[in-house]
This record gives sequence, structure tokens and C-alpha cells, in this order.
Amino acid sequence: MAQSKVRAQMNEREGGLQKRFRPLDDSIRYVLFVCGALSVLTTIGIVIVLGSEALNFFTSYGEIDSNNKIIIELSETSTALDVTEGGLPLRLNDILRVQSSDELLLITEVVDSDTVVVERGYDGTEPTAHEIGKEVFIAKEVTLTEFFTGTRWQPQIGNFGVWPLLTATINVSLIALFVAVPIGLGTAIYLSEYASERTRSILKPTLEILAGIPTVVLGYFALTFMTPLLRGIFGADTVQVYNQLSAGLVVGFMIVPLISTVSEDAIRAVPRALKEASLGLGATRFETATRVLLPAALSGVIAAFILAGSRAFGETMIVAVAAGAGPNLTINPFEAAETITGHIARISTGDLSYGSMDYKSLFSLGLVLFGVTLTLNLISNYITARFREVYQ
Amino acid sequence: MSEKVPVLQKREEFGASLKRRQLIGTIWQRLFFAANVFSIIILLAVAFNVANGAFGYVVFTYSVLPEELSERPLVELSEPELVDLLVQKVPNRLRVILRDNLSQVPNTVFTTEPLKTVLAGKVFSTELAGKTVNDLTEQEIALVLSDNLAQEEFVKIITRQIVIPNISESWNLVDSLTNRGEIEKLAAEKYPEGDLVFYSWLNLDFVTSSVSSNATTAGLRTALLGTMWIMIVVVTVSFPIGLAAAIYLQEYADQNSTVSKVIATNIRNLAGVPSIIYGMLGLAVFARVFEFYTSGRFVGVTDSNGRTVLTAGLTLGLLILPTIIINAQEALKAVPSSLRDASYGMGATKWQTVSRVVLPNAIGGILTGIILAVSRAIGETAPLIVVGASTFIGIDPNGVFSKFTVVPIQIYQWTSRPELVFKNAAAAAIIVLVAVLLLLNSTAIYLRNRYGIRI
Repeated sequence: MAQSKVRAQMNEREGGLQKRFRPLDDSIRYVLFVCGALSVLTTIGIVIVLGSEALNFFTSYGEIDSNNKIIIELSETSTALDVTEGGLPLRLNDILRVQSSDELLLITEVVDSDTVVVERGYDGTEPTAHEIGKEVFIAKEVTLTEFFTGTRWQPQIGNFGVWPLLTATINVSLIALFVAVPIGLGTAIYLSEYASERTRSILKPTLEILAGIPTVVLGYFALTFMTPLLRGIFGADTVQVYNQLSAGLVVGFMIVPLISTVSEDAIRAVPRALKEASLGLGATRFETATRVLLPAALSGVIAAFILAGSRAFGETMIVAVAAGAGPNLTINPFEAAETITGHIARISTGDLSYGSMDYKSLFSLGLVLFGVTLTLNLISNYITARFREVYQ
Repeated sequence: MSEKVPVLQKREEFGASLKRRQLIGTIWQRLFFAANVFSIIILLAVAFNVANGAFGYVVFTYSVLPEELSERPLVELSEPELVDLLVQKVPNRLRVILRDNLSQVPNTVFTTEPLKTVLAGKVFSTELAGKTVNDLTEQEIALVLSDNLAQEEFVKIITRQIVIPNISESWNLVDSLTNRGEIEKLAAEKYPEGDLVFYSWLNLDFVTSSVSSNATTAGLRTALLGTMWIMIVVVTVSFPIGLAAAIYLQEYADQNSTVSKVIATNIRNLAGVPSIIYGMLGLAVFARVFEFYTSGRFVGVTDSNGRTVLTAGLTLGLLILPTIIINAQEALKAVPSSLRDASYGMGATKWQTVSRVVLPNAIGGILTGIILAVSRAIGETAPLIVVGASTFIGIDPNGVFSKFTVVPIQIYQWTSRPELVFKNAAAAAIIVLVAVLLLLNSTAIYLRNRYGIRI
């Protein structure tokens, strides 16, 4: 009796037990989704920005200042161009533009280093008169071939070969891995296999603090501690004030926590049964760790190394402070050489003018950086995913 | 199984090999332990190195020796005596002193506006109210100054304007402690009029003075304010968005659907993108494309380009978004599903469950995650260099459309200077930065322990 009364009351209310119309609840889902999708938008943003600016860099003419000024007034019809000495040499088939005009001039004949014959109004532009003292700019087109095979990076004079920057980046990353792999792996094995809870509670926060130090502080450390130390050991004549070794070592210290944390997780994920079987057969803890656990966790450990390599490749502040400012194609770790990230940081300090050759070249470097780190991260993720499949 | 089963070794052979194996085991155990100790050593070396730079002997030299100004120490002089000193020694700098200490208007209109606007709220005789600063005589300025400033402030002004102490040379802590005699000798020879003092580069003046091209007077105030403003933007932007994304991924999305898988993978990969790339994104999108908005031109700000606090905050906000999402997801995951089921059982809708049951239970973990992410953002340097942090700004940032510099960028710039005195300043700035980070991290640890959530 009572039951049916309740039911009757409920049915009186509009809609009964049916889902009520709740606009807030329904719309909130979409708001949340948009926020989630924003991360995808960020990725797309990165790809578009880097891609379009880099494309712009490779497909359109940029201008470099030739440091030449006109010394004889050039009328609208004159074809003999005389410029000051000491600037960049003007070469046959170079396209020139003169300060504060849109006209393009094509060099058809080189008389001597500062006198050339030009074709006026190249590419349909309007010939105008040019006064004495105007700057001459050389149009520069950077090809992919030049970018990827060139061994000089000198934006002021129009050399855009990525190798000096790339080798320095690779050098620093390899030095970093050389230090961080044994130390990080040793740390991981100790923490997962040997350490008591008490020891762990001391060692683990140490690693966390090391991982949390801002990299600019580590840069300061590299420059004011590591470099003098290295110069003390190897001699101030061998080791330059700014050098890749010091930066590489400190980048290595920076990635130790990353390697140890990820490797430790991988080692811990190996089933207990494997470990106990090995110990039960009479293997020592060292033998168990290196012959059973490590091989079983190998893919996870390698994933950690790759991830750390990617982190080292993209690290900026340590190298910007300690590795040197100036591209240098060398494999000598005692020499200064600028890395990709270091170059980006140095060039973009202050007000960089949009659309300049420097501005566009940064994005081509950014694209290389993004490509390499993303590839490494994807490989690492892929390995980790496969590893998980085996043991879960 | 064609291989032969190995014959068990003889007892003594086995014993010998066991010993060897155990020895190898022990040696390697020590080596593994040494790997841990290595990290501790590095940490100690970093701390030592910073302390080494931030404290030590310095030589102060002066443009005018304080003894030449008066026979008694400056602090013992009365206010009228100090004012007299100012009028005698630097009559032409009185207006600048007035501007730096009392002006209530922007520097551009300081000399053109009447005194009643320029010194609004300050004490001055009513006859001067209509005059501009340029109309005032030196005596009148001195009077206005002495009416408004206390004796200690005059001591400071005289020190800064007349005495002008300058640190000519500095030594680091280790040298100062071990080589004291030699330093004293050297300082006495090289700077006979200078004062050799044991100096802490980290001091109240350092934290409260503005940026300067002189290491002696350079301070961190501008950079600290910049960091503060940027963090306000970062939190305002990335907290709601990050939390919303985490709620969607954890509570709403079907974990197995392609869309949520793509989003999750994407977030993981974004977390691995080098921070300098975010800087380039910020430069091209926030600073350049949206310059109209980020420069504040749309609300009438005219004196800035797109390289503002807002741009920097948005860039860093994007940078830490993946971290915030991942941490918040962990916190949401830690809420027992029985609570959700109970809520649904009571007839609550999804959003009611999320907002009134899940979120209150996860808030500790979420806040911890935010604090950790923000402390990462505070230490970031590279992306801010790329979006165009100012190398030198004289005015404190006072809103989201100001130019900015931050503490890590100051450290970078000071470290890059060849002079040792700037490296000392950098070391002091590092201590300030690390203190801020430690404060934030301890708050995070406190929250973590209080709410018992592991991240």
C-alpha cells in the first residue's frame, strides 16, 4: 500500500524516474574534452610552427648583410655597381637588393672584388636610383642539401650547415650517457636489490633533489666547478674555458636520476619468481642481478637509456653556459663548441626580429631537435610497451 | 639433450669458486653503492660550489671616502647635517633623488606636471603646489626631502649618491678561509684606501634592489617580481585546464577508445619535448601571431611588444600542462572506486559524483602535483630566453603586459659575464631560487603526507 503511494508520488513529478534534463552535466563533458584535446592542439601547434617556419627558411630567399656600401651613385639605368671594400665578396649570379628599395639586381659579370656588372630590375622589379652609402644585401637561399651536408654554421656570411651544431650536441649527449649509464644503472641495481628500506629512504630523496635542481644552476656548477677541476687535471692549455667535456659531464649528472628511476622500475617489474629461482639455485645476489634480473629487464633499461639520451640532446642551459658560444666542428671534448640548443638560446637572447634569417634558421634547428628527441622518445615508449606486454 | 650434464665439481673446487664468486659479489655491491654515493657527492659539490661563490672577502672602494665627508660616521649625523651634505656635494642630483624617493608619477611626466600631482600625498608647503620640479631651487628640494624622509634614509641616499661603494675585487669562500693572510696583503697593496670585509652576497639589499649593471648594487627584486607575475599566469592558465583534462581522461573518457588513447599517448610524448621547443612555440604563436593580445594593445597598452609576462606565462603553462595532467590523473586514480559506486548508487549524476565525491578526495594529490609542476616552471630558463625575456629592464613588472626577467635568467646572465663579482651575485641568486623551490617542495611533501597520496 505504502509502496504504491510512493510510486504514485514519484510519477506525479515531471518525468518520473526518467533521466532529467541537466544542461550543465551534459555540456561539462564537452568542456572537459576540449581541455583534454588541448594537448593534441599543442602538439599540432609545435609541428605547424616549426614546420612552416622551417619550410619558409628553405624555400624563400633570405637576406644577409654583405657589409658593402654603394660608393658611386647608381642611376635607374646604370649597370656598373661599385661598392666599398672589405665586405663579403660579390659572386656571379648572386641576387642583390639595396637598402630601402625593392629592386633586385642580378650580378652578370664580376669585374673585381668590389666592382660588378648587374642586370637591373631582376625578376620584374622596378629599377630605382640608389644613393651613395646605401647597404647592399645578398639574397640567400638555403637548400636542404646545404643544411644537412654543410660543415659550417655562420649565419652572418650565409653558411647554414648543421653539422658543427649537430656534432657538438651529439658529443655532449654521448659524454653525458657515458657517465650516466654506469652510475644510473648501478644506482638502480643497488636500490632495487641491495638497499634496505632505511637506506632507500635516504638515497631516493637525494636523487629526487638532484633531478629537481634547475638546469641553469647546474650550468653555473659546470662553469665554476667542473671546468676549473678539469683544467686542473688535464692542464689549462689542453682544456678551454668553455668546453664540451665539462658540459657533457654535468648533463650526465642531470640524467642519472632519470636513468636510475626508470631502470629501477623496470628491474622491480621482473617477476619475483625469476629472482627467487635464481637465488634458490645458489646464485649470489650479484649473479642474480646481472644474469637474471638485468637480462629480463633489459628492454626497460634500454628504454631508460634512450629516454635519457633524448633528455641530454634537448638540454639547453648547461650547454648554453658551459659548452661555449660559437659553432665549431670538432670531436675534441676539450674544445668549445656550440650545441643546437645552445645556439638557439644565444641567438634568441634579446629582441630577435621576426622574419630575419636568424629567426627562420632557429626553427629549422628546432625542427631537427624536435625530430630527434621525438623519435628517441617514441622508440623508448615502444620498447617499454613491448616490455610490459611480456610480464603483465 | 645431446650435451653432457656437467659433473658436479669437487667439494674443495666448489668451495674455492664460491669464495671467489662471493668476493666478486661483494666488490660489485660496493661499486653499486658507490654509484649512489656519487649522486650524493655531486649534490654536495653543487651546494658547496654555490656557497663558495656567495660568501667571501671583498674589497670595497669608494668614490668619496666617508671620512672625507665628515669627522663623525654618517649614521651619527643629524638630519639637517645630512641634508647640507647633499646640497653641498651633489646639488645637481637633488632632482634625481627626489624622483627616485618621492615621485608618484611616471618618469616621463616628472618634470612637466605640477608638484601637487608629482608629490601627491607627500608633505610640502602649499606655495610649491603649482610649480613644476624644474622651477624648484635646490634649497626648496632639500626642504621637501627633509620633510618626507627620515635620517636613516638620508644615510642610505648619501651612501649611494656620494660615497658610492663599489666592490672592486672578490674572493670565494675557500680562498677567504685558507688564504686570509695573502688576501689581506694583496688588498692592502692594490687598494690602500679600500675596505676588506667578509661579505655575504646574499643579503636583504640584494633581494630588494632592482637590476643593475653594477654587481655591487645589483639585486633580484625585478626578477623575483617577474617570476611571481609569471607564476600567477601559469597557475591561472594551467591549473583549470590541466585539472579538466585529467578529469576527462580519468573519469569520463572510455579508456579503450581511440580518441582517449591518442590523447594519452600525446600527453606522454609532450612531456618529453625539450623545453626550448615550447619557447619557440611561444615565440611564434603567443609573441608574434597573438601580439595584439599578448602585448595588451587590445586593452590600450601601447608601450610593449608581444614579449610580455603574459606570453611567458602562457608558454610555461603549456610546458607544465602534461605534468599537471599526469599528476592529477594519478591523484584521481587513487580515489577508491567504491566511493564513486556509492555515489552513483545514491542516484548522483556523473558530474555530481566527480565534483562532490571524487574531487574533494583527490584534492590533496592534485595540489601536490600542481606545486611540483610550478616548481619546475620556476626553474625553467630556456623557453623564456627564446620567447624574449628582456636582458635588462629598469622598471619592475607591474602586470601581465610588462616586460619581464626572471630569477633563472638573471642567474644565466650573471654567470655568462666574465667578471667574478657577477658570478658571486649569480651564486647568491641561486640560493634565493633554491630556497623558493625548497619551500614549495616541502609544502608539496607536507600535503602528500597529510593526504597520504603517493605521486
